[in-house]
Amino acid sequence: MAKKEELLEAAKQAAKKVAAKAAEAAEEIKARAEKVADRAEVKEAVAAASETAKKAAKAAKAAAETMATPSGKTTKIITPEMAKIPAGPLAEKWTNYKDHQKLVNPANKRRLDIIVVGTGLAGASAAATLAELGFNVLNFCIQDSPRRAHSIAAQGGINAAKNYQNDGDSVYRLYYDTIKGGDYRAREANVYRLAEVSNNIIDQCVAQGVPFAREYGGLLDNRSFGGAQVSRTFYAKGQTGQQLLLGAYSALSRQIGKGKVKMYTRYEMLDIVLIKDENGEPRARGIIARNLVTGRIERFFAHAVVVGSGGYGNTFFLSTNAMASNGSAAMQMYRHGAYFANPCYAQIHPTCIPKHGDFQSKLTLMSESLRNDGRIWVPKKLEDAKRLQAGEIKGRDIPEEDRDYYLERRYPAFGNLVPRDVASRAAKERCDKGYGVNNTGLAVFLDFSDAIQRLGKDVVAQKYGNLFQMYEKIVDENPYENPMMIFPAIHYTMGGIWVDYELQTSVKGLFCIGEANFSDHGANRLGASALMQGLADGYFVLPYTIQNYLSDQIGVPRMSTDLPEFAEAEKKVQEKIDRLMKIQGKRSVDSIHKELGLIMWDFVGMGRTAEGLKTAIAKIDAIKKEFWTNVYIPGEAGALNNELEKALRLADFIEIGRLMAVDALNREESCGGHFREEYQTEEGEALRQDDKFSYVACWKYTGEDSEPELIKEPLDYEFTERKTRNYKA
Amino acid sequence: MWLKDSSIGRKFIMSITGLFLVLFLLFHGSMNLCLVIDDIFGTQAYNWICAMLGANWYAIIGTLVLALGVLVHFSYAIYLTIQNRAARGKDRYAIEARQEGVDWESKNMLVLGIIVIGFLCLHLANFWYKMQWAELTGIETSMFDPQDGSAIVKGLFTNGWCGIIYCLLYIVWLVALWFHLNHGIWSALQTMGWSNLIWLKRIRVIGTIFATIAVGLFMIVILYFLGVNIGMMCAA
Amino acid sequence: MDSYINIKVRVWRQAGPKAQGHFETYELNHIFQGASFLEMIDILNEQLIAEHKDPIAFDHDCREGICGMCSMYVNGHPHGPDSAITTCQLHMRKFKDGETITVEPWRSRAFPVIKDLMVDRQAYDKIMQAGGFVSVNTGGVPDANAIAIPKPVADEAMDAASCIGCGACAAACKNGSAMLFVAAKVSQLALLPQGKVEAAQRAKNMLAKMDELGFGNCTNTGACAAECPKSVSLANIARLNREFICAKFKD
Repeated sequence: MAKKEELLEAAKQAAKKVAAKAAEAAEEIKARAEKVADRAEVKEAVAAASETAKKAAKAAKAAAETMATPSGKTTKIITPEMAKIPAGPLAEKWTNYKDHQKLVNPANKRRLDIIVVGTGLAGASAAATLAELGFNVLNFCIQDSPRRAHSIAAQGGINAAKNYQNDGDSVYRLYYDTIKGGDYRAREANVYRLAEVSNNIIDQCVAQGVPFAREYGGLLDNRSFGGAQVSRTFYAKGQTGQQLLLGAYSALSRQIGKGKVKMYTRYEMLDIVLIKDENGEPRARGIIARNLVTGRIERFFAHAVVVGSGGYGNTFFLSTNAMASNGSAAMQMYRHGAYFANPCYAQIHPTCIPKHGDFQSKLTLMSESLRNDGRIWVPKKLEDAKRLQAGEIKGRDIPEEDRDYYLERRYPAFGNLVPRDVASRAAKERCDKGYGVNNTGLAVFLDFSDAIQRLGKDVVAQKYGNLFQMYEKIVDENPYENPMMIFPAIHYTMGGIWVDYELQTSVKGLFCIGEANFSDHGANRLGASALMQGLADGYFVLPYTIQNYLSDQIGVPRMSTDLPEFAEAEKKVQEKIDRLMKIQGKRSVDSIHKELGLIMWDFVGMGRTAEGLKTAIAKIDAIKKEFWTNVYIPGEAGALNNELEKALRLADFIEIGRLMAVDALNREESCGGHFREEYQTEEGEALRQDDKFSYVACWKYTGEDSEPELIKEPLDYEFTERKTRNYKA
Repeated sequence: MWLKDSSIGRKFIMSITGLFLVLFLLFHGSMNLCLVIDDIFGTQAYNWICAMLGANWYAIIGTLVLALGVLVHFSYAIYLTIQNRAARGKDRYAIEARQEGVDWESKNMLVLGIIVIGFLCLHLANFWYKMQWAELTGIETSMFDPQDGSAIVKGLFTNGWCGIIYCLLYIVWLVALWFHLNHGIWSALQTMGWSNLIWLKRIRVIGTIFATIAVGLFMIVILYFLGVNIGMMCAA
Repeated sequence: MDSYINIKVRVWRQAGPKAQGHFETYELNHIFQGASFLEMIDILNEQLIAEHKDPIAFDHDCREGICGMCSMYVNGHPHGPDSAITTCQLHMRKFKDGETITVEPWRSRAFPVIKDLMVDRQAYDKIMQAGGFVSVNTGGVPDANAIAIPKPVADEAMDAASCIGCGACAAACKNGSAMLFVAAKVSQLALLPQGKVEAAQRAKNMLAKMDELGFGNCTNTGACAAECPKSVSLANIARLNREFICAKFKD
C-alpha cells in the first residue's frame, strides 16, 4: 500500500517539476528574444522556440492532471484552473473575479434566453435577478405555484456575518465555521465567497419586506445555531424559509408581471437538450418538460440552462423533504456528462419527530433553533429506558439525577449546539445501546423544562410556540408538560452536481445552483446555511458568473425546437414513459420506493460499513430489476398521472441510491455526514483520512449499466489549517 | 368609477348607506320614544315633531334622501349577492359546516334585509301613507288627521286583537332588524377601514350596542303599546 | 390514546375540468388514528391501485403545513375539522370509528377543478404579480439595520406574512372572496417602511386584479379567518380597505 502511495506521490512531483522547468525555459527564451528582437530571423526562431516551450508546458500540465492509480488505470484530476478558481488571496478572489469577468451589455441581454428549472430560494432568486438584469427567463416548477418550493419549509434561520450582536463575528469566522462544520471537504474559495455575500442577502431581504424578527429597539434580532459560537442567525419566527422564499417569489412575481419571466407551473423537466457548437462542443440549449396537467411532452430552447431543483434526500423515501422533491433533474444532468460530486454526503438532522408507523409518508423536522433552549437527554438507567419503551412511565417521571444529558457530557464546549452530524450520531449511539425513549426505542428527549423554569412559559411560547403547536398536532402530546421526543432523519444532501467557481457544470452552458449542486457545505452543512447558499447563488453569484459564459453567446440566434437534437431528446423521453407504462406489473410505485428507502436507511444511513454498502449495491440492483419489470402504473401517459410522475422520479432515485452507495464505499474515511464505522476514534468520533480522501469525488456517467468513472478534484487547503473537528473544548 | 367597479368601492357604498340608515333609525327611534312619554305624561312632543317635519321642504328632501339611501343599499345588496353567488362557482359544497366565531346573521344579510324591507313596506302603508303622504297629496288616506301621528300609532297598536297581531309582526321585524344591524354596523366600520387588531373586537361590541339601542328604542314603544292594549282588552 | 378505526370516505371524483363530477364512497378498515389525513388518502390510493382503479388526484407536497399545496374540504371545512391546520396536519384522531368522511375540492369560480380534489389556484399568483412585491432590484439596497422597525409592527407584519396562499379563505367564503389573501400581503407590506412607498398603488392593483379574476365581494362574515390555517386576522382586511379607500379618495 505504502509503495503505491509513494509511486503516486512521485508521479505527481515529477509532473510538477516538468511543468515548472518548461515554464522557466519559456521565460528565459522570451527574455533573450526581447534583447535581440530587432533581428527578424531571430524573431522567427524565438516564436518557434516559444511554441515548443508552450507545448511542453501543456504536456506537463496534462501529466499533472492524471494520476497513476495502483490498478494501473489513470484517474483524471480537476485542477483549480479547471474549476476556474481565481488567483489571489482568499479575501480578494471574488472581487478579482468580478473585476475581470466578461459582461453582457443591456441590448444583448434582451436577445438571450435562460431557462431556470426550480423556484426554490436559488431558482426563484436567480430567475428574478436575471430578469431584472434584462435576460428573458423561462422558469419551471412542478408545483402549482412557484411559492410552494420546499425551501418554504425551512424553519430556523439564515446565517450572515453581520456581527450586529458585537460577539466577534466576521466574514472570516463565518467562512471558518462553515469549512470546519463541513469537515474540511469544501472548496475554500467558494465558501469564502458565500460568507462574503451573506451580508448582502440580509440587506436584500429586508428591502423586499421580509419581516425578520426584531428587538424592542427596532433592530434585527439574532439567535445561535449549531456549530457556531456567535449569534449570527437571522430569523422570522419559525418560518424563515417561508419568508425568504416569499421574498424571492415576490421579486419573481414582479418580473412575471412585467413579462420578463415566463412562468411554467406544473411542468417537470424530463431531459436536457445539448447541441454541438461550431467546434463540436456540446452546449446545453434547452430542455424537454412534461406538462403535468395534460401529460404533453414539450420542448423549450434557451441559450443557457440553470438547474436549481433541490436535493435528493427522498431517495430514502422517508425524509424531511417534500413529497415531490426529487433528484431527477440532477440525474438528467449527470447522464449528459455533468459530474455528480460527493453523492454520499447526506445530512441526517437530529431533531425530527420520530417515525410512528409503516404508512408514514414523511418525517417532520423540528427546527434546530430548539436546541438553543432545549436540552437533549436519555435515561441513565437502562431499566428506566425499558419502562419508557413499554409506556409505563413518561419522561417527566424520571428524576434529574437519572437523566443523561449526553451531548453536554460529551461535548462540554458546544453542548446541545454541536453540529447536526455529531448530534445525530450521538443519538444513534444511545439508541443502539438501548436507551431510546419511545415504543420503537428510536427516540431521545428534547426537554424544555429548564427553559420554562428559567424564562417562563410565555417567553418559551413566544419563541417556539408554533413549533410546539406543530408537535402537539402530530404527536398528540403537550411538549410544555412532557419532553418532546426526537430522532434523526434524512434532511439535506450536501452532495450534488459538480460545478466550477462559476456554478457551471462540466457541461457547457449548464449551470447548477442551490442544494442541487455540491458546492459549499463540504461533508456536513451547518444549520441556517442552506438558505444562505441558495440565495447567495441566486441573487449574487450566478447572475454575475453566467454572464462570463453568455458574453460568448451573444451571436447565437434563438434556435428552433424542431432541430433534430430536440426531436431526439423528446423521443427518448417518450420511449422511457412508454416503457414504464407497458410494464403493468403488480407493485405500486410507493411500495418499491419504501423498500429502497429501508435499504438506504439501513446500509447507507448514519453508520456505513464496506460490507453493508456492498450489500446495499446488490439489493439496489435487485430493486432496479423489480421496478423495471413489476411496477404498476394506472391511467394513461397523456393525461394527469401522479403515479407516472412518481415512477419517473423513482427510476432516478434508484440510480442515485446506488451512486450514493458506490461513493460511500469509495470514501474510506469518516467525515461530516458520511460515517464509516471502520474509521472512528476510540471515543466514536469521525476519523478523517486527509492524506487519501481530501478530494471531491466526481462521478462521471459512462452508460446505463456500466460503473461510473471517478474523477478527483483535490482539495489542497491553501489558507486554512485542517484540524480534527473538536466540539469538546 | 371605483364605487361601482371595485369590490371595496361597492362595499363602501353599502357601508355608507347602511350607516346613514342606522343614524336615521336612531333619530326615528328617539322620536318614537316620545309617543310613550306623551302617553304617560300627557305631552304632545311626538305630534310637535310630526308637525315640524310634515310636508315641509326639508322633510321632503330628507324623505327623498332616505328613500334613495334605502334604494341604493337594497339594489347594491342584490347586485353584490348576484356577483357573490356567481363567484362561488357552479358546483356547490355538499356539506357546509358552521365555522366557529362566524355569526349566523353575517351569512344571511340578504334574507334579513328582505324581511326588513318587507316590513318596511307594511310600516310605510301603516303610517307614512297616512301621515306625510296624506299631507303631501291632501288625499284622505285614513280616518285620522294626518297631523295627529300620535293617534294613528296608538290607533293601530291598541286596536284590540288586530293591535296585538301588529305588535307581534313588528316584534318579528325588529328582531330581524337587530340581527341585520348586529352584523351590519361593525361590518360597515370594518369595510371603511376603522378597525385593527385591537379595535376588531371593540367594533363588534360597538355594533351590538348600537343595534341594541336602535332596535330597543322601537321595541320599547311596541312593548308599551302592547301592554296598554292588553290592559285595555282585559279591562274591557 | 390513538387506536385503529374503520371509516367510509365519500370523495368527489371528477375526471377533468369539464367533466361531470360525482361522489364515490370507499370503505377503509384498520386506519391508525396517529396517521395524518393525507396518509389515510395514501392508503386509500394504494388500495385503489391494487384494484387497478384510478387513484384519487390531490395536491400535496411538504406535508408539514407550510407549502399551502394541500387543499381538501373535509366534512364542511377547508382543511378539515380542526383549527389552525392544513389538511396534511389533520390527523385521523379527529374522526370516530364508523364515521363517513366527506371530501370535496375547493369550490370557487376562480379555482376550477383540474381533477378530483385538485384545483387550479393560479389566480392567486396573478394577484401577486399585479402588485404583491416591493419594487427593488437585487443589489444596491441600504444596510438591513438602516431603518429601525418597532417590534410590534414587525411582529404584526410577520403574522400577516405567514399566509401560505392555500386558498382556504376563498374556499371558505360564501362569496368566494379572496380578500384575506390580498389583505395579508397588502397589510404586511403596508406595515413595513420598505413597502410603505408603494402601499396605495399596491392595494389598488392587487384589488383590481382580484375583482377581475372573478372573486366575490367581502361581506365580513369572518369565515376566512376562522378557517385560515395560519390564523391570519380579519384586521388585515380593514387595513386593505383603509389603504384602498384612502388611495381612491386621494386620486
